[in-house]
Amino acid sequence: MQRTQLSLAVLAAVAAFTLAGCGEEKKPAPVVAAPPAAPAPVVVKLGHVGPLTGGIAHLGKDNENGARLAVDEANAKGLKLGGKSVKLELLTEDDQADPKVGTTVAQKLVDAKVAGVVGHLNSGVTIPASSIYKQAGIPMISGSATNPQLTEQGFNNVFRVVGRDDQQGPAIASYLQSEVKPKTVAVIDDATAYGEGLANEVEKTLKAAGVKVLPREKGSDKTADFKAILTKIKGKKPDAVFYGGMDATGGPLLKQGRELGIKAVFAFGDGACTDKMKELAGDAAEGLLCSQAGLPVQAANKQFLDAYKAKFKIDPILYAPFTYDAANLLIEAMKKADSADPAKYLPELAKSSYDGASGHIEFDAKGDRKDAEMTIFTMKGGKIEPIAIIKGGKTTKFEDFIKAAAPAAPAAPAAEAPKAAAEPAKPAEPAKK
Amino acid sequence: MDIFLQQIINGLTLGSVYAIVALGYTMVYGIIQLINFAHGELVMLGAMVAFSVIGALAGTSLPPVLIVLAGVLAAVPACMLVGFAMERIAYRPLRNAPRLAPLITAIGISIILQHVALLVWSRSPLAFPQIIPLVRYYIGGAIITGVQIAIILTSVLMMAALTLLVYRTKLGIAMRATSQNPQVAGLMGIDINRVISFTFIVGAGLAAVAGVMVGTYYGIAHYSMGSLLGMKAFSAAVLGGIGNLAGAMLGGILLGIVEALGAGYIGDLTNNVFGSNYQDVFAFIVLIAVLVFRPSGLLGERVGDRA
Repeated sequence: MQRTQLSLAVLAAVAAFTLAGCGEEKKPAPVVAAPPAAPAPVVVKLGHVGPLTGGIAHLGKDNENGARLAVDEANAKGLKLGGKSVKLELLTEDDQADPKVGTTVAQKLVDAKVAGVVGHLNSGVTIPASSIYKQAGIPMISGSATNPQLTEQGFNNVFRVVGRDDQQGPAIASYLQSEVKPKTVAVIDDATAYGEGLANEVEKTLKAAGVKVLPREKGSDKTADFKAILTKIKGKKPDAVFYGGMDATGGPLLKQGRELGIKAVFAFGDGACTDKMKELAGDAAEGLLCSQAGLPVQAANKQFLDAYKAKFKIDPILYAPFTYDAANLLIEAMKKADSADPAKYLPELAKSSYDGASGHIEFDAKGDRKDAEMTIFTMKGGKIEPIAIIKGGKTTKFEDFIKAAAPAAPAAPAAEAPKAAAEPAKPAEPAKK
Repeated sequence: MDIFLQQIINGLTLGSVYAIVALGYTMVYGIIQLINFAHGELVMLGAMVAFSVIGALAGTSLPPVLIVLAGVLAAVPACMLVGFAMERIAYRPLRNAPRLAPLITAIGISIILQHVALLVWSRSPLAFPQIIPLVRYYIGGAIITGVQIAIILTSVLMMAALTLLVYRTKLGIAMRATSQNPQVAGLMGIDINRVISFTFIVGAGLAAVAGVMVGTYYGIAHYSMGSLLGMKAFSAAVLGGIGNLAGAMLGGILLGIVEALGAGYIGDLTNNVFGSNYQDVFAFIVLIAVLVFRPSGLLGERVGDRA
C-alpha cells in the first residue's frame, strides 16, 4: 500500500516535524497552570504516534488531541510520583500511516526515553512498531488498532482499548439474528484473510443460533461482477446477505443485488462500513447494516466531549476518547506504582480497572480490552449512523446506550459517523464535489 | 427457469463487452500478428477518462444520456491517441524484430499504462455517479436493466459498423490486403504504415467504448480493471479464431455466457466442492480447451502457427 518515494517521505517528515512543532508551541501555553512547586518538577515524557500527514491525517490529529487532553488535565491537577512533583510532557510523532516510518519514529521515542506510548493509529503500523517498544520495555496502548495479531504476539507491554476485528463477526451476526430474524442467510467473501476470516466468524455465530447458512460464495478483492453469484443467491431466497470485504467490492455487490431485485438485508463488516458505500452503490446503499470495532465518538462520556470541545474548539472525530483513556491509563498506573519507571508501573497497568471516556476498562491476559464494544451502523440518507451497541453479546439500542452512559446527555444530533476504521486506511480521494 | 434466464442475460451483457474488446485483439493480430497485451489497459483508460468527465458533469442539469455521451466522446479520442502512440513508439520499430520482442514490449506497455493510471487517478476506485435511473424490464421472471439493454445494443451496432468498415470501404479493402500480405499490399500502392496505425486507432476506440460500458454496468472503475478483462477478451478472440472478426464476436458472447452459467451452477453441480470463486477460471479453461482441440478457433481458418 505504499507509493511514497524516498524524497517525498523526507519532505513529508520535515513538514510534519515543523507542523508538530507549531502545534506544541500554541497548545500548552494557555492551559498549563500547574502549581509551581518549589523545586523544578521532574519531567516525565509520554509519546503519541499517529499519521499527521497524508489521507488520514485528520484522524491522527484527533488521536493526538485525545492524548494531549489527558496529559494537560493531569498536569493541571498536579502529579506527584515518589514524593517529587512531576510534569508530564507529550512527545508527538508522525508515522504517516507507513509501517517503515512507524518503526523509525518508534525508535526515536525509545531513544528519547519516553515512559509510555499512546498509539499508533493503524494496525499495520502498530504491529511492527510494537516490537520496538517491547525490546525497550516501554508500555504502549493503542486506541484504534483493531487487528487481532497485535495482541497475539505475546508481548506483555502491548495493550489496546478498542475491540478486535474478530469480535466483530459475532457482533454483526448476533445483531442480524436478533433484529432481522432471518431464516436463511447467504454469506459471501472476497477470499482475503480479512474478508474470509470475518465471514467465517459470522457463519459460525449464525449457525450456532440455528440460522440456515447457504454454501459460501466467493469473489476476489478485485471482483466487479457479482451478477452471476447474486443471481444464484436470488434463486435460494435468503433473508439476509453478509459480505466480508472492502467497500470497493461491497459497493458494486450491493448495487447489483438491488438491480437484480434481491430484497434481503445486506450486512457488511468495517471494511465496507464507510460513507463511500453511498457513492459506490448509490441509492441501493440505503438501509445497509455494518459493524465497526469500538464506539462512535458521540457515545463517549459528556465530560470528555465538553472538555475536548472547550480545549480544541472542534468536536472529536473518531478515536479521541480511546487515546484519551489510553493516556489516562498510563498516568493512573504510574500513580498507583508511584513511579514512572516502565518496569515498575507495567504490572499496575495490566491490572487496571478504570472508568474512562469510553466506559469501563479492564485488560485481559493478552492486553485486549475485556468486553469491548462493537457498534452496528446503518446507512441513512447517505451517511452511516450508529443504531446499536453490542457488548458482551448484549445488544443495546444506540439511544439507550447514550442515555445510560450520560444521563444528562442531549441527543447527539447528526454527529459525524466514524469513517473507515483504522485498518482500511482511506486512500486520499481525488478532488471531487 | 427465471434464474437460468437471468444468468443468460448476465452472460449476454458481459459477453457483449468481451466481444467488443476481443475485436481489438483480433484486428491487430489479423494485421501484424501481434497479440497486443496492452489492449486491456486501453479499456481501463477509457473507463477512467470517461468517469472523470462524467463525474465533473454529474452536478449539472444535463440529461444523463448526454453526460454519458460526453464521457464517451472524451474517452474515445483519448484512447485513440494512446493506441496510435503505442503503435508508433513501441511496436513499429520492432515490426521486423523476432516475434517475441513485440510481445514482451506489449506486456511492458500494459504495466506502464497501469501505473500511469495509478499515478493519475490513485488507488481508490472511481465511482460512477448516480445519474442513470434504474429501469427494470421483466422477461419471463428475469430482470433486464436499461443499462444492460444499452450495452447489448451498442455492441451490436458497433460490430455492424466495423463489419461495414472492413468489408465495404476502400480502407477496409486496404486492411484486408495488408493482413494477407503486407509486402504485396505495399507494392499495390497501399500505405501500410497508415493502415496499421488506423487499425490500432479503431481498436482503441472500440476499447474506450467497452470501458465506458463495463464501467457504467458495474458502477466502478479501477486502475487494475483492464488486465483480467483483457485476458478474458483475448481468450474470447482465440475461442472464435484469432484474426477473424466474426469469430471474436461469437467468442466474446459465448465466453460471457459460459462464465455466467459456470459461476451460477458449478456449486450446485459439484455439490459445492467448487464454488463461484472459479468464475474467472472458466475463460481460461475455455482457452486451454480450444488450444488443445481446435487451435484455429471456432471460425478461424488459419492455423495459429504465427503466434
